[in-house]
Amino acid sequence: MATAAETPEITSLGSQHMVLNMGPQHPATHGVLRLVVEIDGEIIVKVRPEIGYLHTGIEKTCEAKFYQQVIPMTDRINYLDPLSNNLCYCLAVEKLLGLDIPERAQWIRVLLTELSRLNSHLIWLGTHAMDIGALTVFLYTFREREEILRLFEAVAGQRMMTSYFRIGGLSMEPPLDYFDRVQAFIKTFPEKIDEYSNLLTGNPIFINRLKGVGYLSPEDAIALGVTGPPLRASGVDIDLRRDMPYSGYDKFNFDVPISHGCDTWARYEVRLIEMRESTKIIQQALDGMPGGPVKADAPKIVLPDREKMKTQMEALIHHFKIVTEGFAVPAGEVYQGMECGHGQMGYYVVSDGTAKPYRVHMRYPSFATLQALETMCKGRLIADLVAVIGSIDIVLGEIDR
Amino acid sequence: MAIEAAVPGAEVEVILNPGPAAEHSLLLSHDKAVDVACFLRDDPALKFDFLSNVSGVDWLDKEIVEKVKVTKPVIKLVDGPEGKVEQTVDETVEETRRHIVPGYLESVYHLYSIALRHGPLVLRMRTANRTDQVEMPSLTPVWRSAEFQEREVFDLYGIVFAGHPDLRRILMWDEFKDHPMRRDYVEPDDYEYEPTPHDAVLKRAQEHKSREQSSGVRVQEPAAK
Repeated sequence: MATAAETPEITSLGSQHMVLNMGPQHPATHGVLRLVVEIDGEIIVKVRPEIGYLHTGIEKTCEAKFYQQVIPMTDRINYLDPLSNNLCYCLAVEKLLGLDIPERAQWIRVLLTELSRLNSHLIWLGTHAMDIGALTVFLYTFREREEILRLFEAVAGQRMMTSYFRIGGLSMEPPLDYFDRVQAFIKTFPEKIDEYSNLLTGNPIFINRLKGVGYLSPEDAIALGVTGPPLRASGVDIDLRRDMPYSGYDKFNFDVPISHGCDTWARYEVRLIEMRESTKIIQQALDGMPGGPVKADAPKIVLPDREKMKTQMEALIHHFKIVTEGFAVPAGEVYQGMECGHGQMGYYVVSDGTAKPYRVHMRYPSFATLQALETMCKGRLIADLVAVIGSIDIVLGEIDR
Repeated sequence: MAIEAAVPGAEVEVILNPGPAAEHSLLLSHDKAVDVACFLRDDPALKFDFLSNVSGVDWLDKEIVEKVKVTKPVIKLVDGPEGKVEQTVDETVEETRRHIVPGYLESVYHLYSIALRHGPLVLRMRTANRTDQVEMPSLTPVWRSAEFQEREVFDLYGIVFAGHPDLRRILMWDEFKDHPMRRDYVEPDDYEYEPTPHDAVLKRAQEHKSREQSSGVRVQEPAAK
């Protein structure tokens, strides 16, 4: 059995360097992130993240569940962007099954994933500005987030842990006036983005705290596995929604904002434009929403409608079988990557031909982005550390899993 | 194949993926893994500059039961004209043979090329067995983003990555023994996984606690199977 090398004890501080412990209970670490920071006066020499405080063994738990039972686990990993988690897992398993999804289900998936991205970005903006000292923005962004959570509740019955996407489609058709409600929200949302922008973009304190802070060169960003808005803010033009489209994203028109600033300010700008682009995608989805079923025609995998189950013997049998025994997935493995609010998410699912996954591994963007923290902070003031953590939009649930 | 030409003796094996996803992968040999990885990263036609995902998979020892039809001579009593006579007859018998395929730990790497926008390419490496030969070369020197993820695989599966700059536990605490993501992991006997432990679990935990109190040492030991 392999034995681990022990974490070195910090006893001697060497010459004049001081070791500062930040977290795990620190309001600016967005959860239970613990950073051991070595400082020379006020200059950061070294940053060592100590993680695992939120480790709940979700991957291990997944191995004991049927394929359809894993979906609620995925919500709890990145709790700020729940529908993206659902989508990525469903896409991976559907790829393993070779299942085709009806167009309407795909479009509703896109619509809700973009709403979920807005949710994630709104929380980032509110908390990031709060870390810097601009408390007001937090109250504004949470006002809109509340509306998005209500929209989630209307389709899924849950505000945060949605589990709305199922393997083979959606759990059910959205309620009747649902698209009108989304339309009403989308109509006013660009004005709200202007509102945030008015509060922050011209604010001299905000500019001073962000501009030139947390420099990350494009080469470093790629080598360290940074993805999503931080990568695009370093001038690398990649977005999986456009470059390797999934779930029908190739039918939508949108721009991928990039910035060559490579700093915290650039990340702020990129995310702000991204919110506007998401609004555009949602508008397109509403305008061109196709009709048809929201579940794939695969009776052995997708649960039957309630009414069919009550009236048809065969549907009842399928329902009973899926719930009690699950469904077998052909042996093989799959890696499905997608672009969530924080960056590239990926699900690696291995099947051994039974009804339970042999292995589910989640690649989450924050875990890789955390490695870049030292590169971004080295040689900078300790006060910048908080701005940088805010700018990479960290969620500890997805780091520790 | 291009890899064979660039890295002599690379011993790359293509593992086919039987499912509909058909993502095939390359199995690397330990000696040449870093060379092959450098080639994949630097070759202008491939340019896999972005390592997305590293994960471990544990494959247990498998007992394969085969039914084989064997034909062998059998001496039988056959009715002849003068009563029963011994005679050698070829007869087909079904025999059950068991053999054990040794398990291994596997690490799987998913690569993308940001420069050329293609991927994913799947690389995998396997250890010789699951107990004492669990080393394999680290790819962190090639792709820096593997650092935390290889640490995670080491922590949860116990694969030792040779050449990793800082191989420590990452999610579990330093004093933790064993590797919890292995398929045959047994939780420690003071682990009360039920909200209100009762019966066997409660008894096990109480025994553990009384042992701890009498010895005064905090121990972590696996539960009896």
